[in-house]
Amino acid sequence: MVLALVEHEAGTPEETSLEMLTLARDVAAGTGSSVETVAFEDGAAGLADDLDAYGVSDHHVVEHDRLGGYAPEAWAESVSQLADELTPDAILAPGSDRGHEVLAHVAARRDLPMAANCTDVTVGEEYELTRLRWGGSLIEEATLGGETKLLTAAEHEVSAEPVAEPTDAEIHRFSPTLDDADFRVTVDRYEESDEEGVPLGEARIVVGGGRGVGGPEDYDQLEELAELLGGTVGASRAAVNEGWRPHSDQVGQTGAKISPKLYIACGISGAVQHMVGCKGADNILAVNTDPEAAIIQKAEYAVIGDLHEVVPALNEAIRNAKS
Amino acid sequence: METLACLKRVPDTGAKIVLTDDNQEIDTSNLGFTMSPHEECAVEEAIQVAEDTDGAATALTLGTEESTEQLRTALAMRAADAVLLETDGDEWGPSETAGAIADYVAGREEGFDLLLFGNESADAANHQVGIRVANELGLPCVTGIKTLEVDGDTVVAKREVSGGEEVYELPTPAVVGVKEGLNEPRYPSMRSKMQARKQTIEQHGVEKSGVDDLQKVRLEAPEESEGAAEILGEGPEAADEIVALLGEELEVL
Repeated sequence: MVLALVEHEAGTPEETSLEMLTLARDVAAGTGSSVETVAFEDGAAGLADDLDAYGVSDHHVVEHDRLGGYAPEAWAESVSQLADELTPDAILAPGSDRGHEVLAHVAARRDLPMAANCTDVTVGEEYELTRLRWGGSLIEEATLGGETKLLTAAEHEVSAEPVAEPTDAEIHRFSPTLDDADFRVTVDRYEESDEEGVPLGEARIVVGGGRGVGGPEDYDQLEELAELLGGTVGASRAAVNEGWRPHSDQVGQTGAKISPKLYIACGISGAVQHMVGCKGADNILAVNTDPEAAIIQKAEYAVIGDLHEVVPALNEAIRNAKS
Repeated sequence: METLACLKRVPDTGAKIVLTDDNQEIDTSNLGFTMSPHEECAVEEAIQVAEDTDGAATALTLGTEESTEQLRTALAMRAADAVLLETDGDEWGPSETAGAIADYVAGREEGFDLLLFGNESADAANHQVGIRVANELGLPCVTGIKTLEVDGDTVVAKREVSGGEEVYELPTPAVVGVKEGLNEPRYPSMRSKMQARKQTIEQHGVEKSGVDDLQKVRLEAPEESEGAAEILGEGPEAADEIVALLGEELEVL
């Protein structure tokens, strides 16, 4: 049996958790067993319907007086106690901040190895797996041992695919035994961002600017384009290092991973460290003066030209089209 | 406050990563080395916190003698001390690495109040060394942090989530995994680089206690997407073509 930690927003599963469940199903098929899920927080029981579409046989809802919000150690201890009961072959989590954090705590508690950001798994005595290194710029083939195999699924790598015949997951309540030490670290409070607009990671359209933008002022044109399209502005690491944009705008290996419907990359050369941040985009439109730039090889569409001329002309054309 | 920043020496890769013929590692014959970006921020933060609290910052790495290059960078940034847990050149997995770091910290005469790690290393990206160290030392730990403040004996750490930030408050001593964007790492002056060259680096030989159960088999460069982009046009005249693409084909207008 494979146990999978599902993240959700008030009862709606995160897309990355559905991707992870798709990978978990492969692992379960390899072990000749089923996928069972575990979830925390309000709305966890309500997930079952969505999980049926992903072939989940049993859904475990963790309940405890002190488990309100997120608490990494309490979550890890709960998953670990549930694993004592269920003795799964493998435990999977999404390759998110929480997924990595909880599973790494489980690994440390159970003295087991853990493989992060996996994209493919072949089950055997040891698991043969493919995982991402360098933020996805390199792929590693590795073997994973341990009595229980612990792995996270890389985000936006395996596409979430429902099963042909949905299951009817049985819901179980699980009450872990937790003590004060498990609650040393909890989310104390939530602070809303005062930044306007859609966060990069969720934006449907992202307009990215790189070194070719040339300075902070010239992002105005990109801002305008983003606004016309209902999107958000992003930047390459080069532009952030120049101080033209804040780090929160950075797309790439050490910045945001985006998955918009369209990414318009302006004056961005397309270094591999940048591309791993935007490979989740359905379509890339590159605007670049250099027809030999790497981004032209990696984009679906391109315009060869100076963004300082192309983007204002495009803004004008969109305004005309809209009116 | 006594602070520790753990870092890793990694190849300073260019726009394209080239592998050795045996697919075991990155071909570094034409590359320099650096510390992972997240860890550069960990070092900067360790120094800033120490400066603000009349403490001292220590930079630590596990690796070969060559890793002293990155420790000297940390010293040039004004870390007070540097520690090398010296290996014989074998690749160390995350459990083994965490074990050696925890052993060093536990055995040290003076403890650390704040232990900083990069959220994940640039090269292996195992996402777990800091958490394993915290568990071995019995310390509270939070990762994925991009804002950090120290308020007396409390570490206030913030993690970016959809639409805002989650705020954590940890009692010290604590372990924090940080991400790039936490601060702007300083560029050491030539003078401090010269001084760093003369500083003594504390060195301890370490040996693996077992076999890591996560074993690299080989590395591969990801497949490049085939073919080039469809060229919509050149210069500002292409605007109408783009509008047609946005409106009709992609339906985003």
